[in-house]
Formats: sequence, structure tokens, C-alpha cells
Amino acid sequence: MFDYVIRRIFYAIPILIGVNLITFVLFFVVNTPDDMARMQLGIKHVTPEAIEKWKSDKGYDKPLLFNEKEEIFGRKLTNTIFFEKSLAMFLFDFGQADDGRDIAQEMKSRMLPSLMVAIPVFFLGLVAYVSFALLMVFFRATYIDFWGVVVCIALMSISGLFYIISGQFLLGKLWHLVPISGYGNRVDIGKFLILPVMIGILSSAGSSTRWYRTIFLEEMNKDYVRTARAKGLSEYLVLFKHVLRNAMIPILTGAVAVVPLLFMGSLLIESFFGIPGLGSYTIDAINSQDFAVVRSMVFLGSMLYIVGLILTDISYTLADPRIRLN
Amino acid sequence: MYGELRLSKRYPCKLSVSVRRGEVTRNIMMVKKNDFYCNKIILIAIGMSGLLLLSSCEFSVWNNPYSQNDVEQNVLYSVFSERPKHLDPVQSYSSSEIQFTAQIYEPPLQYHYLKRPFSLIPATATGLPTIEYLDENGNFLTDNDAVEKVAYSIYQISILPGILYQPHPAFAKDAQGHWLYHQLNEQEIAKISTPADFAQTGTRELTAEDYVYQIKRLAHPRLHSPIFELMADYIVGLREYAALLKQIDSSTLPDNYLDLRKHALSGVEIVDRHTYRIKIKGKYPQFVYWLAMPFFAPIPWEVDLLYSHPGLIKKNLTLDWYPVGTGPYMLTENNPNLRMVLEKNPNFHEERYPADGMPGDEEKGLLEDAGKKLPLIDKVIFTREKENIPRWNKFLQGYYDAAGIGSDSFDQAVQLTGQGEAVVTEEMAKQGIRLETTIAASTYYMGFNMLDPVVGDGGRDVKEREAARKLRQAIAIAVDYEEFISIFANGRGLAAHGPIAPGIIGHREGQAGMNPVVYDWVDGQPKRKSIEVAKKLLSEAGYPNGINQKNGAPLMLYYDVTARSADDKSKLDWMRKQFQKLNIQLIVRSTDYNRFQDKIRKGNAQIFEWGWNADYPDAENFLFLLYGPQRKVGNSGENAANYDNDEYNQLFEKMKNMNNGPQRQQIIDRMVDILRNDAPWLWGYHPKDFGLYHAWYQNVKPNRISNNTMKYFKIDGDLRQKKQREWNAPVIAPILVFSILLLAVSVPAITAFRRRERSATV
Repeated sequence: MFDYVIRRIFYAIPILIGVNLITFVLFFVVNTPDDMARMQLGIKHVTPEAIEKWKSDKGYDKPLLFNEKEEIFGRKLTNTIFFEKSLAMFLFDFGQADDGRDIAQEMKSRMLPSLMVAIPVFFLGLVAYVSFALLMVFFRATYIDFWGVVVCIALMSISGLFYIISGQFLLGKLWHLVPISGYGNRVDIGKFLILPVMIGILSSAGSSTRWYRTIFLEEMNKDYVRTARAKGLSEYLVLFKHVLRNAMIPILTGAVAVVPLLFMGSLLIESFFGIPGLGSYTIDAINSQDFAVVRSMVFLGSMLYIVGLILTDISYTLADPRIRLN
Repeated sequence: MYGELRLSKRYPCKLSVSVRRGEVTRNIMMVKKNDFYCNKIILIAIGMSGLLLLSSCEFSVWNNPYSQNDVEQNVLYSVFSERPKHLDPVQSYSSSEIQFTAQIYEPPLQYHYLKRPFSLIPATATGLPTIEYLDENGNFLTDNDAVEKVAYSIYQISILPGILYQPHPAFAKDAQGHWLYHQLNEQEIAKISTPADFAQTGTRELTAEDYVYQIKRLAHPRLHSPIFELMADYIVGLREYAALLKQIDSSTLPDNYLDLRKHALSGVEIVDRHTYRIKIKGKYPQFVYWLAMPFFAPIPWEVDLLYSHPGLIKKNLTLDWYPVGTGPYMLTENNPNLRMVLEKNPNFHEERYPADGMPGDEEKGLLEDAGKKLPLIDKVIFTREKENIPRWNKFLQGYYDAAGIGSDSFDQAVQLTGQGEAVVTEEMAKQGIRLETTIAASTYYMGFNMLDPVVGDGGRDVKEREAARKLRQAIAIAVDYEEFISIFANGRGLAAHGPIAPGIIGHREGQAGMNPVVYDWVDGQPKRKSIEVAKKLLSEAGYPNGINQKNGAPLMLYYDVTARSADDKSKLDWMRKQFQKLNIQLIVRSTDYNRFQDKIRKGNAQIFEWGWNADYPDAENFLFLLYGPQRKVGNSGENAANYDNDEYNQLFEKMKNMNNGPQRQQIIDRMVDILRNDAPWLWGYHPKDFGLYHAWYQNVKPNRISNNTMKYFKIDGDLRQKKQREWNAPVIAPILVFSILLLAVSVPAITAFRRRERSATV
């Protein structure tokens, strides 16, 4: 397994370079270094000299991908914005944002708020979705199953933004049960997290519950379930001891892969609830055309996704002893 | 209180709940104890209900986003939506930044809080600067000498002695007088996350050298001051100084502290400990307004040195992040992702609330605190709120003391009286919310690219250029900005008659200020000319009924915008409709902001929208937007329309060097007349700021020119706390209903589950 993991890590390098290159090209198709300079320097009194100075200071005064002025071929590739801005990231040196602040430091301070929302949403959500799915499977072909599916489809059909606005309106504005938005210190953080966590769980409830229900129903029709019932096991034991365990592979596929991405936060929830996490950091960077931050966040996201996939593979071996990673 | 509940005949669970003196006691008698599930769920439900009842009996609010300590203090709750990029006064320029820096830093001058038009008064200075003029040979000139003779102006500023900086570790010294933190090692750096982590702080007196140091920082090679290029044209030696510093900086290590004290700038001079001089080229009366901006606030070298440490920079501990000043407030919490906190500077010098204002200020209670020591509020908490909906709702709950009005909440907040006056709705009035309005020192206009051959001066001969002028005038009449303001700005604006905003020196009110090209004076007010007049002008321009006389083709004009949203679509439709009045087809070319700016810079746009917020309250700050040498194309200036009129240019050069007075006003009037006749802009409108304020928020006189106004505000904390409690009592009925519903759904499900289990085991 160790060899497998090492091999996967090496496979990740070209993927990360590719992602980096695509991000770079897409970003600079829309924004030139001059645009970035103007965005940072403001609209008033911005002279060409000021723009050149900013570009020179930030290292954006070089060619994007290929430096024709260099004589040595290697320098033609290395003395470019892409190379200089990308190489350091592989050493986890994210450099400075365009406003001069250290990106790694900023990420560090924003990771915790993202996790404070994402972890409860993930674990409580997983428990809730699996429980509801099992409930519907247990009562399959009854009114509970029927109405359960109807509710799931209704939940899937509603935009996430609607849950946020409705939640803030009902629980925050109308009933005064929780703050409408905000984020607190260690002592009073709970009251700020109740609503975003509830909404985070609810917004994925429809699709996730249906997904798990489908998995469980597929397992319910298998021979081992019939055998278990024939042995006289209760339905409770059949579901929790046999069906749930055998359905772990698809559950892990969906769940473990996203665990590392929890660090990245939620763009919408963080923005509406004023949670100072990495999701809102990314949105702010896109809005302010801060390539240094966008590039770092995409790199981090890609890397965490790869880590998630490797963890998923490893988790298969734990869930199913028949699987070996070679 | 006593209650009894029977859930079902099959499982008769009897419970009683009694409440006495705020305490809840529960007695549950389970008649049939063999149903474990039923009992457990009921217990949980009752437990939850009991807890909720207990909590509600405390009468506390649950949705307060602030800590209890903050609630009890003399605190102002404010909000910010955009994260500030720079808090270093040499770099910060945007309104999202200046709302912080203006409270912390003190330039030598400031604006009188209550008087209008805006007038400058001393802040840290002993008085307004004395100005002396010199000729080319360095001889002093008198006021009677011609402006053309003035080669240099010298501004001498004296500051008050005894002003102290806020407590800060950069000033801390040990018993022997050695600096404690100027040479930090790695172990010491490792323990520091914020300036508050330094054990010791100190202070020192403000000196003239600190002001000079900041002026030198405008040319700092590692800083990007937005006004450097502008000031380099005026302050003697600043451009050369920048070149010198760049050379010195390139020969030293990148992280080293660049000690500006060692390098003299010829245009500034320290006269004595509390007096300094600034020498500028020529005569530039508007320079005095810049002395009221944080660009010219003092920076102590000790702080610059401390924050130049690479270890601190790596931790985002920089002067750009942690400002240090002599102002009424100091930044004590700096988390621009969440909240920023300003607290009263314990070393703030003596400053009193103004005793005089404008007529009507006394009636509004704005002079109640006259003579009181400033600041009146101990702490200001700025919370970051990116979205409008939560911001608005928290204002209504009393958790923000003031709010702007978004278009979606306008009808809920404001109504217009029969006389067209805006007042708060009954709902708002019941909450004690009041409305304050002010005309912003800004203008939003529609510009014509004057390089364009159809709408501008790009025609081949005088005849074509005259035709283009008449076309512009016709469009100016057709585009009904009164209607635009009514539909899209909810009445929050004034149709403009020229570039200068109301309240600015040089602006004319009434008939004298009317644009005669577009309006007639009827019944004591301006009335837009009829569309027939516009059609006549269009015909004279060679486009009768919108058809080009020369080739018979319909007239098509191009409108470059950055509009994207659904709201923008309706605006664009409206604009097409305005042009359609003249049978002109308006083609909208929508691009992203970067491409749009690119078009404007290169002169590729034909008609476009633009705006300007004044830096200072003088006509020059608006009229330079149409000064020829300020053209975007070729000169990269601020004249987006690329308008270039010789007479106008000459008058501008004359006017900008003159002191205010009737003669200057006469020139301004002539310049505005030229502009109205040439119509390089549709003058658009001057926005009107509407702000809502809770009853406990007092001493507010809004404006967009002076920003250091927080020291004048007052909060009635007791009233706010009372209202917050009144407005935010938790409503627990929905939780009870939800619990009961859950119970009602769960019991049959559990019953069915049990039945199945039993049947499976049989």
C-alpha cells in the first residue's frame, strides 16, 4: 500500500502542474497584469508610471509563459511570470497577496472558521442522511418512504440560497433564536454556528438521502440479505449489521474524498453568514483580481482533492478486506 | 401553572409541568412503563421544552451578535462590507479604508464638522498654514503680484506642542532609555502575533519631523502612493527624491529598513520641533485641502522601523496593517475578515465639540454637546457584513446603529410625502428610526468620446464638429435624468446642470445654476425642454427624424457599459427608449470592467457612463475632469471624454491658481457655460445619500468630504439596550410546535417499527 500511495503522490505532480497552468491561462485571459495593477492602485490618479512600478515590484513585468528576450532556452521558460509564481507553490511558499499580505498566514487564520462550519455539517449531515435513508428503506413501499422521497425531491429542487435567506429570516429575524450572521470567539461561537450548520445539512439533505437510499435499496435485494432474514434476524440487525456495512464502499467514495476539501470552506454560507473562512477568502480574491491568492487557493483545492482520493482508496481497504492496493 | 397531557389511549403517559417564580419543575408519571421508546422521546421533548422555558424566563436575547461586555459599554456598532486593502495613510485612498484611517491619523488640518460650505480648521496645527510666494529668483511676492510671477509657494505649518501618540510598543524603552523592540530576535518574534503581544508600550510627543517623514514616504520605492505622481508635479524635489531612494533601495537588502531621516527632500524643511515647511511649484491653492487628508498625517520613524522587521512582515504585522497615530481612536482589533475595533486613544489631545454650526443645527440637537471633550464614544465595533439582507435585518433588530438603504428595502424604509419630501415609513418611525439625507460631492454622468467622428470633435471640418455638438445637445434634452432618478434611484439624486456638485465652492443654485441648453426656467424652477426642441437640433445636426441626411441610413450610436445584472437590463432598456424618442438606435456594447477601462483608455468607446467622487470641496476638483491635458487618450489623465477646448483650458489654468472670490466665480461660470454649450457629457445626476439612524445614535451630520467624524458621534447605550431587548425577545413557540410535530410523526413510526420487529421475530 505504501508503494501505491507514493506512486499516487508522484502522479499528482503533473496533475497539479496542469491545474496550475489552466488556472494561469484562464486568469490571464480575463485579467492582464495592467488590470491587476489598476485594481490594486484604484481608479483615481493612476498613471502608467505607477502601473509599471507596481508590476515591477510584484514581478508581473515579465512575459507570461515564454520570454523571447532571453538567450538561453531554459531562461526563456524560467524567466516568466508562470514559472516564478508557480514553482514556489510546490514548496508551499504561497508568497504575498497583491495587497502585500502573506497568503500562508492568511490561510492559517481562516482555516479554523471554515472547519468550524464544515466539520459539523459533514459529520452530522452524514449521520442524518444515512439515518433518513435507512428509515426510508426500512419503511420502503409505505407512505413514509413515499413522502420521504417527495420531501427529498422538494429539498433538491430548492436553491441553497433560499435555505440561507429563509433560515436567516425565520430563525434570526422572526423568531430571534440565533444571530442572523456573524462569528464569535471561543466562548460564544456556538450560537453563530447553529444556523449555518443547519442550513449546510439541509441544503444537501435531499440529494444525499436519495443517494444513500438508492445504495441501500440495491443492497437490500442481494442474496445475503435474504439469507440474513431467513436466519431470523430482525430487520434492525439486517439493516445496521449487514446492509450498512456492505454499502460502505459507495458511501466512502462520496464521503472520504470530500474530507480534505472541508478546509476550503463554503463560498455561499461563509459569505452570507459573515464567517471569515477560506471560502470567502477565495471570493474576495476573485473579486479583487488577486491572482496570487486565486492561484494558491486553486492549488490547495486541487492538492486536497488528490489527497482525498488517495484517502478514499485507503479507506476501501479498511472497509472491504478483499481490496488490496498494489 | 399546571398542565396535563395524555398522548394516547394505548400508552397513557401523564405528565405535569408547573412553573413557579421562574422555575420549571416537571413531574412525569408513566402509567405504562414498558414502552421504552415512547418514554424516551417524551422525556427528550419535555426536557427540551423545559430548557427553552427556563431560558425564556431569563428575558435575555439569544440573537445578540456581540459579547455582553460590548453591550454594556459606550460602543458604536458599525459595519463594513469591503475588506480594507491598505491602512497605511500613504497608500490608502478608498472610502472602505479611510473610514478607519481618518479616525486614527491626524493630518494638520480638518473640516469643520457642522459648517457648510466646508471650511478648513486646524486639527493638530495651531492655525491654518501661512503661505508665501516666491518668484523664480527666490524673492518674496505680495498678493498684488501677478500669478504668473509665482514660481514657488511655501506653506508653513506649526503644530500644537504636547500632542502624544497612542500607546505603542515601537515607543517602548527600558530604564536605561534603550529601545525595547527595535531589534527583535527570532525567539521574540515567535511569541508575537499582534502588537498587543508586546509586553511594554510607550508614547512620545508628535513633532514636525513626523509630518516631514510621511511626505518623504510618498516617494518610498516599496510603497505605492496613489498621489505620488500628482504630488511629484507640485512638491519640489519629490520626483528626484523617489529616484534617489530607488537607487539606495536597490543597493541594499530587500528587507532592510530604509531610514528616510538620513536623506533630505529639498521641498520640505523642519523649521523647529513643531514647525515645518512645504515648498511647492507655482501656485496651487487647492494644496491646502490635501493637508486635511491622511496622506499628510504624521508617521513616527520608530513605528516604521519596528514594522520593517522581516519577521513581523511575514506575520502580516506591518504599518499597512496596524496603523499608529495621534487621533481620537486606535485600532485594537484588526481582523478585516470579521471585525475591526477602534478604541478611544487614552493619549488623545484636548479637542472639544464645536460650539457653532449652521442655522437649524441647534434645533436638530447638533449643538447639545458643544464644548464637550472629544471623542464622545469609547469604542467603535465594525463588523464585516458582505451581504445586504443580513445587514439590513440586523439594523432593524438594533444590532447596527445606522444603515444605508438598498433598492430592495427602500419601500420598506422610506416614503415620499405629497411635496416630494422623503420621510421614513410608519414602521420605521415606530422604531424611532430617522432619516438623514445629504447631496454627495459626486457626479454620475454619461460621457461622449470627443475623439469620435459622429458624437465628438473627430469630424473632418467645423461643420461636422458643429453637427456633432447639436447632436449631443439633442441627446442631452432627450435623456430625461429626472425620470431616471425617480425610477432607478428611488428619487435619491439631483439632475445635474453641470459638472460641479451642490455644496462645492463654485456651484450655483437656482436660475443662475440652470443649464439653458437643456432646461427652461418656468414657475421658479427648471423645466426640461420639450422633445421637439431636441428633434429640431437633431435635424440641424443632419439627422432629421434620426436619419442621416447624407446616406439615408438610420443613426446608430454605441453605448459601452459594464452592465451585467437584471437590474442593469432595465436601465439599458430605459436608455434605449430615451434615444428612441429621437429615433436614434442605441446599440449596447457590454463588456467586463477591464475591457471597458481599456476601451476608455484607448478612446474606442463612443458613449459611456462614468462617475467622480470629489477629493476636496472645490470646483477645480470637478472642472479638471474636462481639462484638455488631462485627456485619457495620450495623457492617461482623468478626462475620460477626451474633451479639449482651448478657451476652457486657458480659463482652467487661470482659475486653479486663484483664491476664492467673485472673480474666480465669474471664470468658473464661464467655464461651465462653455461646457453646457459643448455638452461633452450628459450631466447626469448628483447622488443623494440616504442614511437611517436609530434614535440612540446622535450628533450625526452626514457628508462625504470629511471622514474623521466619529469623534463627534454620541450613543445612548441604555436606550439601545432597552430597545434591543424589546425587539429581540426569543419566540420559542415554533420550537415547541416543531417538537410536538416531530413527536407526532415519530410515535406512529416507532410503533410501526416495533410491530415489524415483533412480527419478524415471531
